[in-house]
Amino acid sequence: MELDPSDVPGERAGAASPAVAGFSWQGFYTLFRKELLRFYKVGFQTIAAPVLTSLLYLLIFSHVLEERVEVYRDVRYTAFLLPGLVMMSVLQNSFANSSSSLIQSKITGNVVFVLLTPLSHREMYAAAVLAAVLRGLMVGAGVFLVTAWFARLSFHSPAWILLFAVLGSAILGTMGLIAGIWAEKFDQIAAFQNFIVMPATFLSGVFYSVKSLPPFWQTLSHLNPFFYMVDGFRYGFFGVSDIAPGISFVVVAATLAVASAVALRLLASGYRLRL
Amino acid sequence: MTAPAIDVRSVVKRYGAFEALRGVSLAIEQGEFFGLLGPNGAGKTSLISIVAGLSRATSGKVEVMGHDVVDDFRAARHALGVVPQELVFDPFFTVRETLEISSGYYGIRRNDDWIDEILENLDLRSKAGENMRALSGGMKRRVLVAQALVHRPPVIVLDEPTAGVDVELRQGLWNFVRRLNRDGHTIVLTTHYLEEAEELCGRIAMLKQGSIVALDRTESLLHRYAGARLQLRLSGAPLPAALASLRIAEGPAPAPAGIETLRIDRYADLESVLATLREAGCTIDEMDLQRTDLEEVFVRLMKETR
Repeated sequence: MELDPSDVPGERAGAASPAVAGFSWQGFYTLFRKELLRFYKVGFQTIAAPVLTSLLYLLIFSHVLEERVEVYRDVRYTAFLLPGLVMMSVLQNSFANSSSSLIQSKITGNVVFVLLTPLSHREMYAAAVLAAVLRGLMVGAGVFLVTAWFARLSFHSPAWILLFAVLGSAILGTMGLIAGIWAEKFDQIAAFQNFIVMPATFLSGVFYSVKSLPPFWQTLSHLNPFFYMVDGFRYGFFGVSDIAPGISFVVVAATLAVASAVALRLLASGYRLRL
Repeated sequence: MTAPAIDVRSVVKRYGAFEALRGVSLAIEQGEFFGLLGPNGAGKTSLISIVAGLSRATSGKVEVMGHDVVDDFRAARHALGVVPQELVFDPFFTVRETLEISSGYYGIRRNDDWIDEILENLDLRSKAGENMRALSGGMKRRVLVAQALVHRPPVIVLDEPTAGVDVELRQGLWNFVRRLNRDGHTIVLTTHYLEEAEELCGRIAMLKQGSIVALDRTESLLHRYAGARLQLRLSGAPLPAALASLRIAEGPAPAPAGIETLRIDRYADLESVLATLREAGCTIDEMDLQRTDLEEVFVRLMKETR
């Protein structure tokens, strides 16, 4: 091998470091783009597979319950189920994106490529969460496109649909980031997913209205922030929900604020990243 | 007065009860080729990790080109390029994508010309479009070097860069790094190959159990332990008692019968050693005389500071 660094200009050596303050948009954009490329390059696994899973849920549940359950007047069960499935996919995939990206980087060691750079905790947070939001929305859109043929849906308020989809995916993207920071092995991410995210999603009214539950379980459901995400999202389609969408919005926004504060604090402190 | 390239002041690093660094202070001037040596667990990687921001010091301060690595971390990391010890890579990307992403992290948008130059200089141009997974270990090591250079840092830290790489790459890499140093870059090197450190580094710090046990110019270190190692194969009579104090062990196993290794402080002492052997009736079947090298300095220092 011949190495001839004749083009390495001497005047560059020792040059003053560029003064960078505040928010590095280019750094943020690069990390965001890298996160997008990461899931885009394995799109079959990260986008197509969850769409297929949701389609199977729809086929099975609608076949079994279509003629037996009416949750809202004039809304057939399949139509009721569909927004729930879309939101469930959005939430689960947002979580999967940020958590799997970080834990993979930590375990393979390539997280140093980010930690060595001038990126601040804010840029890392924004890039990871925004990429998670985008993956969640892409999977959600995919599930919607594939399943929308099975029911007649109305769009009472598209703004609420988009707002709850974005806020919900941001919350789960942030939770994924927290899980990725905390976890030191894949097992721990799986535990976070199976013992927190999955039960909270299934008990959020994706498949039923919480009003159909006994009082104790209704009260318990109201303590679950996932319920407000799904309920608010569904309101955007039907104009009907278990809770007023304004209240759901406040709960969801507050949840995002708390989760973001925790994630930013962990990133700033270097917890389990900068040892 | 220009700031040191790296200024380490009273740095302590504890992992629970274990103290990895015990108040280390060290200033590496701009333009130096500096070696950081020590046995495994001496604290070299802990120190480099703190300089690079991968780890936080329990107490003490570190500056890179005058920028505090915690309070002014952006400027400090802009000034620093680190080649990590572990052979890590991102399996999702090609070599060029990897370098473009690394550039972007430093706020550099269009870096194609410089990336092409680095690829050329590290003999990676033909691999630019290949996925990182497809590269050999040596090629991956070159990409790590390239990543450390994408933002043209004035200070470059190489943590065991030649561990497990072939001779060809090692030579090529050192030629390249020497050139960078001549062009004004400060180079900090950790290595287990002491002959490399002796050949390349102008100044050396030796760490042991979290403390610096030697910090001097390479020549001064060698001079401090000036002298030679004399290896003999004797027959006729055993080594006389008068020379027993000069005997040094060459390894954990006992030397074969008749083989003796002695240390002499000055070449002038050689004559009296040979005279003593002659008077004792020893016949010298073979003789080898070697000047003190860094490895011997290292071994002696590590023993002396036990």
